Amino acid sequence: MTEAAIRLNDVRKQFGNTEIIRGVTLDIVKGERHAIIGPNGAGKTTLFNLISGRFPITSGEISLNGQRIDALPPHLIKRRGLSRSFQITSIYPRLSTFENLRCALLWNQGYKYSFWHTLSRQKELNAAAEHLLEEINLTARRDVPAGLLAYAEQRALEIGMTVAGDATVILLDEPTAGMSHSETDYAVALIHRMTEGRTLLMVEHDMKVVFDLANTISVVVYGQVIASGKPTEIRANRAVQEAYLGALEA
Amino acid sequence: MSTTLRAGAMPAPRSSLVGPIFRIFLIFALCMALPWLFYNYTTGRHSGFMLTMFSQMGMMAIFALSYNMLMGQAGLLSFGHAVFFGLGGYFCIHLLTAAGGGSLPVPLEILPLIAGLCSMLVAIVFGYMATRQRATAFAMITMGIGELVATAAVMFHAFFGGEGGVSSDRMIDRSLFGLTYSQGVQVYYLIVAWSFISILAMLYLTTTPLGRMANACRDNYERAQFMGYDPKFVRFIQFALSGLFAGIAGGLSAITYEIVTFDSVSGALSANALLMVFIGGTNAFGGPILGAVLITLMQSGVSLISNSWLVYVGVLFIGMVTFAPAGLAGLIAMHSPLQQAGRLKPLIVPYIRIVVPGLVTLIGFVGVVELLSFKTIGAAQGKKLVLFGNPIDATTAQPWLIVTGMFLLGGLWLWREGRWFHTLWEAMMADLKPKKGAAQ
Ligand SMILES: Nc1ncnc2c1ncn2[C@@H]1O[C@H](COP(=O)(O)OP(=O)(O)O)[C@@H](O)[C@H]1O
Ligand SMILES: [Mg+2]
Repeated sequence: MTEAAIRLNDVRKQFGNTEIIRGVTLDIVKGERHAIIGPNGAGKTTLFNLISGRFPITSGEISLNGQRIDALPPHLIKRRGLSRSFQITSIYPRLSTFENLRCALLWNQGYKYSFWHTLSRQKELNAAAEHLLEEINLTARRDVPAGLLAYAEQRALEIGMTVAGDATVILLDEPTAGMSHSETDYAVALIHRMTEGRTLLMVEHDMKVVFDLANTISVVVYGQVIASGKPTEIRANRAVQEAYLGALEA
Repeated sequence: MSTTLRAGAMPAPRSSLVGPIFRIFLIFALCMALPWLFYNYTTGRHSGFMLTMFSQMGMMAIFALSYNMLMGQAGLLSFGHAVFFGLGGYFCIHLLTAAGGGSLPVPLEILPLIAGLCSMLVAIVFGYMATRQRATAFAMITMGIGELVATAAVMFHAFFGGEGGVSSDRMIDRSLFGLTYSQGVQVYYLIVAWSFISILAMLYLTTTPLGRMANACRDNYERAQFMGYDPKFVRFIQFALSGLFAGIAGGLSAITYEIVTFDSVSGALSANALLMVFIGGTNAFGGPILGAVLITLMQSGVSLISNSWLVYVGVLFIGMVTFAPAGLAGLIAMHSPLQQAGRLKPLIVPYIRIVVPGLVTLIGFVGVVELLSFKTIGAAQGKKLVLFGNPIDATTAQPWLIVTGMFLLGGLWLWREGRWFHTLWEAMMADLKPKKGAAQ
């Protein structure tokens, strides 16, 4: 059961001459909910960009379920079962909420580049999209262009689009940022439900969310993982308290 | 007015095909009946001018729609789309000669499709180069491809026939329906049939996974990657299919005119595609058809009565881009919330108040343009100037003063009415809000 869903081995990333990720070695165990915390600018989003193939790594190794993925483009990584969300909402603004979700399901349901299926006749596909729409509580906004949704609604859509389909590994980058308390509670329950039986790696600033959801926490500071362990261990870790938690709670 | 025309405010694509299909069948029936409105019962003949114009509209509608598969649906600005229209034409004219000579046992009705498939092969090759890029780089590559083919068309005489182009004879006596195509109306029906098939096929494509992912890549190609799609490949297939339909349109043109020249691959025709699609509207499926009809009307109709028709097309284009960037279809779509609320009636008087000064300005503008163009070209050709049915002496000051006055004062009047109309429109739209607010 301790097989790694994602394995990072001495991963480094330089932008120009600045090294932003400075040798990250980390195992994300299959089936765990793993939170990454750390101050702004620590390199958490960059780490996600490297894992999901958005940027090439400078050196090191990244594998997904035991297979190297660090040289693959994003669409091939996604096809191997890794799906990610964006800290800065990334949706299709002119397509409706429903269409956004349906697009997220297409590859997964095997439609590929088909130009012979009529979307409206694909019962299973549409049922799955409607179901997701309900899950993220946007049924009332089904046909509204996603670009016109309120901020929190777009964040919910962002989560919905990421968990759509049956990716085995889900990466969420600050999924609840900017949400109200009740919206956050709803999102936490949703994430919990939708990641059942999958591996979750998430960046999160809200410590309540982190302790509610995660069973493992890693702390990234200045491009390195300074601590990794169970929530109770992290809470008790002096170095973490000094570097991060203390600063937050003060 | 521009605030109400934001692309984001456009309704999301429909998922049902029933409505559009019914409308297309209705339009098809009307198209079939159209030539009989211009049938001269004393001579027993159709109006040749009208038939040619309607035929041109049909092929331009296909061409414009195929262009919109790139521009509106995939967000790709191409400056070389005429390449696929023109090559389709050249392929078809050679096929026609081969079929007429007996070396190709294929009925004439099928030739546009074969020409389209040949065009698609070319689009696959060029598309492989162009669609690796998007945005400006894509536009530049398509422009390069356009120039390349235009140059080739003058250089390689065997296929392109040089300056004179390639001509053939469509009366090859090989038809699925026993038609000779000696009459324009038969060709027109062939065009209607192929337009109908092509439009339906292109409409169908918008409802498929590929069509939707083309929209998705247009909106946010990066997100599409993280959904398992390669945006380059989406663009590539879309490009190839768009080449197919452009080729069919070109093939129909070859059959209609029995000649294909270098103009058909030229940058001017590529620009024309852009013009038609933009004026018609890129967001609605049918927009480019409206654009094709309007531009063809100006090209065939207005060009008959005025040398300056290109000026009018240019001004129309600038006006649309400035005041109605969503095109004619966008203007129509703007009214749908009011129509649904049953509030179109209160707009009748405001529209009259817009149209009257609009007409005055238009007449003034046309007068100025025609007088100027008469001064520079017409007079030298020893012609007489006739404006709106009246012979006019351009050497006296009076006509100049009248048209300039109409143009300037009309423009001022229009501007004032326009502002009033804009306020009224905003108020009407704001009035609708509470009704829709329930969903917010
Ligand atoms: N594409 C990029 N080019 C240059 N610098 C970047 C790029 N992306 C991120 N950075 C830099 O990397 C650092 C870490 O950023 P980021 O990963 O977004 O931090 P976090 O998500 O932990 O707040 C920041 O200093 C940022 O400026
Ligand atoms: Mg970040």
